[in-house]
Amino acid sequence: MNKISSLIERYQLSHFIILAVIIFIVMPLALDSFRLNMVGKYLTYAFVALGLVLCWGYGGILSLGQGVFFGIGGYCMAMFLKLEASSPENTSIQSTPGIPDFMDWNQLTELPWFWEPFHSFAFTIVAILVLPAIFAFIIGVAMFKRRVGGVYFAIITQAIAAILTILIIGQQGYTGGVNGITDLRTLHGWDIRTDEAKTILYFVNGALLFVCLFAARYIIRSKLGRLLVAMREREDRVRFSGYDVSSFKIFIFCAAASISAIGGAMFTLQVGFMSPTFVGTGPSIEMVIFCALGGRLAILGAVYGALVVNWAKTSFSESFPELWLFAMGALFIGVVMAFPNGLAGLYQTYIAPWLQRFVPEKFHWIITGRSQEENPELPESLQEEKEPSAEDKKSTQGDLSHAGN
Amino acid sequence: MFADYTMAELTSIFAMQGFAGLILFSVFVLMALGLAIIFGQMGVINMAHGEFMILGAYVTYLTSNVFSSYLPESLYGSYFFIAMILAFFVTGALGALVEWSVIRHLYKRPLDTLLATWGLSLIMQQLYRSIFGAREVGVTLPDWLMGSYAITDLIEVPINGIFVMILTIIITVAVALMMQKSRLGKQTRAVVQNRPMAAAVGINTEKVDRLTFALGCGIAGIAGSAFTMVGSTGPTAGQLYIVDTFLVVVFGGASSLIGTVASAFTISQAQSTMEFFLSGSMAKVLTLLTVVIILMLRPEGLFSLKMRR
Repeated sequence: MNKISSLIERYQLSHFIILAVIIFIVMPLALDSFRLNMVGKYLTYAFVALGLVLCWGYGGILSLGQGVFFGIGGYCMAMFLKLEASSPENTSIQSTPGIPDFMDWNQLTELPWFWEPFHSFAFTIVAILVLPAIFAFIIGVAMFKRRVGGVYFAIITQAIAAILTILIIGQQGYTGGVNGITDLRTLHGWDIRTDEAKTILYFVNGALLFVCLFAARYIIRSKLGRLLVAMREREDRVRFSGYDVSSFKIFIFCAAASISAIGGAMFTLQVGFMSPTFVGTGPSIEMVIFCALGGRLAILGAVYGALVVNWAKTSFSESFPELWLFAMGALFIGVVMAFPNGLAGLYQTYIAPWLQRFVPEKFHWIITGRSQEENPELPESLQEEKEPSAEDKKSTQGDLSHAGN
Repeated sequence: MFADYTMAELTSIFAMQGFAGLILFSVFVLMALGLAIIFGQMGVINMAHGEFMILGAYVTYLTSNVFSSYLPESLYGSYFFIAMILAFFVTGALGALVEWSVIRHLYKRPLDTLLATWGLSLIMQQLYRSIFGAREVGVTLPDWLMGSYAITDLIEVPINGIFVMILTIIITVAVALMMQKSRLGKQTRAVVQNRPMAAAVGINTEKVDRLTFALGCGIAGIAGSAFTMVGSTGPTAGQLYIVDTFLVVVFGGASSLIGTVASAFTISQAQSTMEFFLSGSMAKVLTLLTVVIILMLRPEGLFSLKMRR
C-alpha cells in the first residue's frame, strides 16, 4: 500500500485518481441511467475543453472554431452509423432503398461519393482522428506561417465555424440539413439505444477521456510544452532562439482538433444523433467557457469546467430557462475579470491551503497534487498578465496591429 | 439560364440585384464603421457590437411608438431623425458604461475582452427577449419613405433604400472627418500610436479610450436605427451580422476606414450578385469562404498601413 501511494505521489497522480473515482465509481453509483448518459454527454465536451487547454491555455492560440472539429468527429461517426441504419432491408419503403432517409426525401438516387468510404468502420475511426487534424493543419499552415495570431486567428476560426454551419444546413440532401443525422441505431449490429449500451459507452467515453488527459499531460510536461509556454509569453525570443515557432503552433492546434473530434464521435454514439447546432459559432464559443471556467492551464480543470457549466445549463433550463443566458453571460464576464485561472486557480489559492489545515503534512501531496520534493510550480503567466510592464503592453499591441512582414 | 430573358430584362435584374447589394452594403458599412473604430483603433474585440446595434433599433422602435401614440400625426414623418439621435446617445452611454465597468480592465488581454463581451452579448440578448418578447418587431415607415422610385419601366428602387444609402454616406463622411480633423479624432490616433507619449503631452488617455468606445457603440446605435428602415428587429438579429461584420473589418485592413468601406462594398455586392445564381446559403458560403481564403493569403487585409515588425 505504501509503495502504491509513494508511486502516486511521485507521478503526481492524486488528482487524476480523484477524478477517476468520481467518473468511474461515484457517478455510475449515484445516478440513474438517464442522468448517467447526460453526464457522458457533458464529458464529451470535456474533450473539446481539454483541446482548448492545450492550444489556448498553453499555446496562447484562441480558436473560436473548436465546434468545427467536434462536428467533424461527430459527423464521421454519424455517417457510419447512418449507413448501417439504412441497410436496404430497413429502408425498403423508400423510392431508393439503401440510402439514408433524408437523401431519399431530397430526391437523391444514389449515395454521394464522400459517403461511400464510411461503410467501413476502420476508415471511420481513422477519419475521426485524421480528418480534423488535416483540416486544422491547412488552417494552421495558412495562418501561423504568416504569423497571424491572437484575435485575427479567433475571428477567422469563428468565420470558418459559421461557414461550415451554413454549408451543412444548406446542403440538406448530403448532410441532413438543420435536423442533422438522426435515427442512429446500431454499431456493428450492437444496439446503442439500450440503457445497457449507454452505460458501456459511458465507461468507454471515460476511458478515452483519460487516455487524452494523459496524452495532454505528457505533451505539457515535455520540452514541447515548455516551448509552448515560452512562445505564448515571448514569441519573438523563442523565434530568435532558433525555433520554428509556427510548426509548434500547428502541431498543438492539430492535436487539439483531433482530441475534440474524439469527443464529437463519442457524443454521436451516446446521444444518438448529430446536428449543426453543435458546430456553429455559438456552441464553439461556449466550449471556450468550459475551458476558461475550469482554468485554462489545468487539464483536469477542463473536465470539471465542462461538467459544471453543462450541469448548470441543464438545471437552469429545466427550471428557469430565461435565466440561463443571464447566468451564462455573467459567467463569461466573471471568469474573465475576477478569476482568470478558473476553478483550478480558486482551488490552488483558497481551497487547497484550507484543506491542508485538516490533514497531516505527510498527506499534503494528495491535496496539492504535487510530490513533496518538487517546488510549488504556479502558473505564473496569468499572474504576470495582471500587472504587465510597459514592454508587455507594447508587444500585445504589436500582435494586434499584426501579421505580414 | 439566360436564354429565357431579353437583354433589357437582364440589365434590370442586374441593376435591381446590385441595388439590393447596395442596401446590404449600407448596413455592413454602418455596422463595420463602429467596429472599425473600436477594433481598428483600440484593438478591442467587441462581440456585443451586434447587440448595441439592436439596442439602437429598439430605441427607434420605441420612439416611433411614442410618436404615433402621443404626438400629432403631422410630426410622425420626422420621428426618424429624433430616434437616430436618441439611439446614438443611448447606445453611446451604454458603451461608456461598459468600457468603464469591464473593458478598461482588460486592455492588456484582447482575447479575454472577446470572451467578456460575448458574455455581455448573451445578457443583452436575453434582456431584449424579456423586455420586447422573442418576436421580431418592425416600425411603420412614415409616408415619405414608402413606395419606390422608377428609373426606367423595369428598374424600380425603393425609397427607404435610397434614404439608408444617403444616410450611410453622410455618416461615413462625418466619421472620417471626425477621425481626421476633430480634437477627439486626433487624440484617439495619438493614443493608439503611442500611449505613453500621448499621456506625457497631457492627453487623458483613459477618457479618450472611453469616448472612443462610446463613439463606436453610438455609431452602432445609428446603424440599428437605419436597420429598422429595411428590416425588422429581433433579439438575436445582431448575432446574425457579427461574423460578417468582423470579416468586413478584417478584410478591409483593420485600421483603415477606406478599406472598411471598400471591403463592405466587395462582400455585399459579391453576395447579392451570387444570390441570383445560387441559393442564398451557397452564395453566403462562397462569399465568406473567398474572404477567408484571401485573408489567409493576405492577412493584413485590402488596405493596410505599412509597418515593420
